[in-house]
Amino acid sequence: MSVVRVLYLGRLQDIAGRSQSEFASSSGDLDWPDLLAVLETHVNPAIAEAARDPRNKLALNGQLQADREGLVFRHGDEVALLPPVSGG
Amino acid sequence: MADATVSTPLDVRLLDAGLAVDEALAGFNAAFPGAGAVVSFLGNVRPDGAVEALELTHYAPLTLSGIEEIARRALDRFALSGVLAWHRIGVMVPGDPIVLVATAARHRRDAFAGAQFVMDHLKSASWLWKREKRADGWHWIEPRPVDHSDRARWE
Repeated sequence: MSVVRVLYLGRLQDIAGRSQSEFASSSGDLDWPDLLAVLETHVNPAIAEAARDPRNKLALNGQLQADREGLVFRHGDEVALLPPVSGG
Repeated sequence: MADATVSTPLDVRLLDAGLAVDEALAGFNAAFPGAGAVVSFLGNVRPDGAVEALELTHYAPLTLSGIEEIARRALDRFALSGVLAWHRIGVMVPGDPIVLVATAARHRRDAFAGAQFVMDHLKSASWLWKREKRADGWHWIEPRPVDHSDRARWE
């Protein structure tokens, strides 16, 4: 059983309708298509689309990832979806 | 008023409650007695009739270390002796301080340029998301093109 937490930052929390999700997979680790599928099925298609959009960045366990399509998400991993910033 | 104890050469903080401007600046000045020039910038929540509150959210694993990196680059690039960057997170109301940046250097031009560099990068390259509360609810603020052009002038 793998449990992966996904955090939605900024406006993505409005799109997801929540600030985070936890996905449990009984078949082990999740790859990128698996993650998109659970986002689409268990949250909504719009957040899966946002996760694909290169304008939104992705961090895995606090580290920014340049190539998201090759990622594998393991038990206890934290994924953060980061939209363009508007700070300062 | 007690001076804040400021670490040197960098003092970068994310503050989820008040930002004590006078204490920070007094502490910064005390930390760099040899600086010929100290420049500070204070950004406040702009009073705007329609905005009731402003909220900044962050992502802890990235935000503080990202601002530290901005401050470190300014330190090296402008030969600064010190940089202070304190940023509020959480909910603020108009008139509240959001960000305080101070730089210390031998000469004023480096201190001014260093403070501008830090602010231009904070606006467009730090992991902070801003939303405003108006009468009809909360609205996320989109990045503005000018924020990116302000940063691009340093490249």
